[in-house]
Amino acid sequence: MKPENIMPATSLDETDRQIVVATQSGLPLVPQPYHAIAQQLGITAAEVMVGMRNMIDTGVIRRIGVIPNHYALGYKANGMSVWDVPDDQIDVLGKTIGDLEFVSHCYHRPRHLPDWPYNFFAMVHGHNRAEVEEYVRKIARLIGEADRGHQILYSTRILKKTGLRIGG
Amino acid sequence: MGESMDELDRAIVNSLQGDFPICDHPFAEVAGRLGIAEQELISRIEALLQNGVLSRFGPMYHAERMGGRLSLVAMKIPDSNFEHVAEIINAMPEVAHNYARDHVLNMWFVLATETADEHAAALKKIERDTGYPVYDMPKIKEYFVGLRLTV
Repeated sequence: MKPENIMPATSLDETDRQIVVATQSGLPLVPQPYHAIAQQLGITAAEVMVGMRNMIDTGVIRRIGVIPNHYALGYKANGMSVWDVPDDQIDVLGKTIGDLEFVSHCYHRPRHLPDWPYNFFAMVHGHNRAEVEEYVRKIARLIGEADRGHQILYSTRILKKTGLRIGG
Repeated sequence: MGESMDELDRAIVNSLQGDFPICDHPFAEVAGRLGIAEQELISRIEALLQNGVLSRFGPMYHAERMGGRLSLVAMKIPDSNFEHVAEIINAMPEVAHNYARDHVLNMWFVLATETADEHAAALKKIERDTGYPVYDMPKIKEYFVGLRLTV
């Protein structure tokens, strides 16, 4: 199955691109952050704000706000739950499971048979593994008979963690 | 870290996971909603970033909508070679996150490139430089991405 490039890539104009590069590691912590970015880029604050509003409308910016560190907040266990479910039920299941508050990422991904039979991924966060396992049982109950097998993969070590970056 | 947060810190983390305004004085606007001074809000966010409760403050970008390609890639690496391969993978700027996981497929990373061609080239380079096959798992569909943490 081909990855559906679901949404057409929005082409960023040069100003948007500069805004992305200037803000991808964060907004300046000053009373007028958009003005500070404008000054840095040599454009007006209005241009920065219009550009960012447009990027929210087109979905290029998912949201603006704080990104909490799960681990620091006590959510020390994260389990990648992976499921083998029938392809024709996955959209319905995705909506249900994606709505659960303890799931942070929920995707349909390709199988790699025979090694990897799983096509549905839900990242589950809990304070400990017992909590993660309870959440996964809850997902299993919701999936019901469509669950042809599942596993939880825990991360044992962070090998690298950087934000996503686009070049300047 | 999380344990030393007071009520105001919690209110900031809970209420600011999206919807930070785009206007001339956004901190003043949010501070008004929380009933605190603009500078207090700025200082609190600064402190929460410094002590690691927040990993970032600002816009969260959607890579694919910028034309980029994101993929989750898994590999099966023998223990004896694990550190060496991790070094090769981590050195690539296209690799954003890399995790060891307790499975036969024991290395999982996110590959981010600006184009499909670069994606294919990066996969090829990884297989050539490490000698192990990649299991490329680009998303076919996304149902949810986000955080709904209440602290």
